[in-house]
Amino acid sequence: MTWKKHGYDSIPGTYVFNGETSHASYPLNKLLFSFNHEENREEFAADPAAYADKYGLSEEQKTALVNDDFLGMIRMGANIYYLAKLAVPRGFSVQDAGAAFQGVTTEQFQKNLEAKGEGVIDKLKERGYWNG
Amino acid sequence: MARIVGGVTTSHIPAIGNAMTNKLEQTPYWKRFFDGYEPVKEWLAKVEPDIAIVVYNDHGLNFFLNQMPTFSLGCADTYANSDEGWGLKTLASFEGDAQLSWHMAESIINQDFDIATCQEMLVDHGFSIPMALMWRHLPEWPVKAIPLAVNTVQHPIPSAKRCLALGNALRNAIESYPEDLKVVIFGTGGMSHQLQGERAGMINVDYDLQCMESVINDPDWLASQTTTEIIENAGTEGVEVIHWLVMRGALHPNVEVLHKHYHVPISNTGAGVLILENAHA
Repeated sequence: MTWKKHGYDSIPGTYVFNGETSHASYPLNKLLFSFNHEENREEFAADPAAYADKYGLSEEQKTALVNDDFLGMIRMGANIYYLAKLAVPRGFSVQDAGAAFQGVTTEQFQKNLEAKGEGVIDKLKERGYWNG
Repeated sequence: MARIVGGVTTSHIPAIGNAMTNKLEQTPYWKRFFDGYEPVKEWLAKVEPDIAIVVYNDHGLNFFLNQMPTFSLGCADTYANSDEGWGLKTLASFEGDAQLSWHMAESIINQDFDIATCQEMLVDHGFSIPMALMWRHLPEWPVKAIPLAVNTVQHPIPSAKRCLALGNALRNAIESYPEDLKVVIFGTGGMSHQLQGERAGMINVDYDLQCMESVINDPDWLASQTTTEIIENAGTEGVEVIHWLVMRGALHPNVEVLHKHYHVPISNTGAGVLILENAHA
């Protein structure tokens, strides 16, 4: 009984969603998946802890869930796309979540993203890309 | 006989859907990104495809982790978009072509690709946003559409090489269909981005541009990379770029590049648009 190691395990700050994580976090992801339905989002909002119990979450998962601890949930195996079904209706954007993962403000996270675009237009012109 | 007129690559991120719903296309943040789609819309209006095959990944609308097919093909008369919990506007349903789908499934499976067939398939933003990018200006969808979903959510995901080979099989499938149809293929998703973990927010412009050149001229460059290499360079969610290889594999080896557009950032990603036309189109 052992989980296979992968080359991607050593990429820093990266949690690849694979069989091992998916198996460990199945109830948590099943709960997050349920948020495709409005009535489930409302039921959760009314009593998050009771909703966690309904899906059989561990105490650790439940604590992370009710506290919007996104990095904690990612480390426990939440899938990011499923996590968004929790985060977005609760008013968090993907940038807010990204900032939380890094421990920076959303404004700083967005500034860092904007910086990726610096100097790119010149590179594109050289290579024959459309530019309006 | 059916023929593939060409392929288009496009991002499919939810932020684009919200920008379209809120009519932000001409705001400073979005203008250059959306303006780069005008040549695509013009090309589609000129070639008038009958069918759009959309290669994408389902992000947890139709497929949950209880059953996760590696490759799956819509084989229905219609496909509905639905609430994903992300606050996106639900778009009008898409008409399918069940006869063509079942022909494709049979041909692809006979070429040793064991693709799953779906007679009920909700299509999420990965499918609907590309359709809206191309045709939201029209009162209804001008094509029939067929979803081809690739699992890039739960590893193990298919290799880049396998995606290119699936494209080859897809080409044989379409070109052996007796009806006189024009088919366009959308390779969606990417480019580099990582949404999760402390490395969230990474974007790799140089790698994105290498991928675009590879998809045009040398698909084997990208197809020869391992999943780990792609994650390292493009981020955990950037692995979606392998969908582009399915599209590319369905085209002829030599294609005409009618348009290439790259913009960074949109939300957390680099966004790449290509129009690749088959020589005989």
